[in-house]
Amino acid sequence: MALLEVRRLEKYFTVPKPVGSLDLRPRQIQVLRDINFDLEKGEAISVIGSSGSGKTTLLRCLNFLETPTAGTISVNGETLFDAAKWKSVSEEQVRQKRLHFGMVFQSFNLFPQFTALENVTLAPLLAAKEGRNKASEAEIRQRGEQLLEQMGLSDRMENYPHQLSGGQQQRVAIARALALEPDILCFDEPTSALDPELTGEVLRVIRELAVKNTTMIIVTHEMAFARDVADRVIFMDGGVIVEQGDAREVINHPREERTKHFLAGYSKQS
Amino acid sequence: MFITVTQSLFFGFLATLKLFSLTLVCALPLGLFICFGSMSRLAVIRLPIRLLIWIIRGTPLLLQLLIIYYGPGIMGHNVWGSEDTGRFLAALIAFVINYACYFSEIYRGGIQSIPIGQYEAGKVLGMTNGQIFRRIILLQLIKRIVPPISNEVITLVKDTSLARVIAVYEIIWNGQSFIKSAGIVWPLFFTGVFYLVFSGLLTLLFRQIEQRLSYFR
Repeated sequence: MALLEVRRLEKYFTVPKPVGSLDLRPRQIQVLRDINFDLEKGEAISVIGSSGSGKTTLLRCLNFLETPTAGTISVNGETLFDAAKWKSVSEEQVRQKRLHFGMVFQSFNLFPQFTALENVTLAPLLAAKEGRNKASEAEIRQRGEQLLEQMGLSDRMENYPHQLSGGQQQRVAIARALALEPDILCFDEPTSALDPELTGEVLRVIRELAVKNTTMIIVTHEMAFARDVADRVIFMDGGVIVEQGDAREVINHPREERTKHFLAGYSKQS
Repeated sequence: MFITVTQSLFFGFLATLKLFSLTLVCALPLGLFICFGSMSRLAVIRLPIRLLIWIIRGTPLLLQLLIIYYGPGIMGHNVWGSEDTGRFLAALIAFVINYACYFSEIYRGGIQSIPIGQYEAGKVLGMTNGQIFRRIILLQLIKRIVPPISNEVITLVKDTSLARVIAVYEIIWNGQSFIKSAGIVWPLFFTGVFYLVFSGLLTLLFRQIEQRLSYFR
């Protein structure tokens, strides 16, 4: 049994009808189609594919920021999501289920009114208040400092987000996600909003996490990074998984035509 | 004479201040409820509230004052009585409804300007909707709405003078009364000094608040 098992996941979006259309049925577009994959504990998966292929939607489904239309998501053998039974799940239960996953956004989404350290400790402190976390305030603070040190930000703990570079902000965001000790850490194009010279520092900390066997799903456009850091790669196109397998194998020797085409476009660009 | 006038204007200004502060105390929170109503997913709540906002923002406050004061009497219910307090209450209600509608739109603009990513970041960190609003959104919202709110508040200082159409004895009423009683005009002009000083103080206060919130972006 894998740590994460995703089965037959589907997602439709309802889109506004074009103005003047006489067709009264809601227009639906399918953004995820029959998504199946496993993720073992300690494994890192990269998800690659062109824009609009459904990569981000997949991550957002795992974090319940979107509700899949069909399929199941299981973590540690526990079915977290089953589209058939989802209506009866309360908001409070969704909140608990989310905690299996951590999320690092493309645009960081740090809380501007809090310092780097406060950004990292806010959620654990709230959890402690609710009794979900047994650690004391001092311990949580210490753990936050430790995480920021690990991100190479020892001298930035008391800075506010607007005083930090994009790369530093993203590293704070990674520490913030790690602070809740999720089973699986998700990265949604963590370097896409960064200036090219700042991507390295973020990729470096993700690489360190991979070395420490952090279970991760990384949506990325950095092909070399995907190949070197991830154990496995998933290539998506048009809402389906076209090819998945060993990272080096898929990126160096793709089997599917569409994967070859996509990767060829990449090597031309860079 | 100067002392008599100043005294009279001062008392008029107390009435102005009373109307001003009571309006704020009621309209600032009421605006939040109207704002939530206008953003409700339920059309039965949203549409009537939007209609109300349209009517209130689409007609002069002066007209609203007259309708609220004279309207019930015309329909046969003299709810305001003949005392000063009744007129003051009518004026207060008109001001509260009017300003609450304007505030609600400022709140709505503020709430909608907070990036969706802030809510999502809170959610993926396992926070409840209440925690997200109180711990993350609220302060950012306050920072964004302080400048437009201060604008409205300073407008309110001067709008209180409209209450004299239903004979609420505020400062302009008192200033004007000297034209008839003593044949002098300058007390009316002198009222401007009171307005200027008070709005000046408010400007300083709001600048302070903005300064306090400038530590983040």
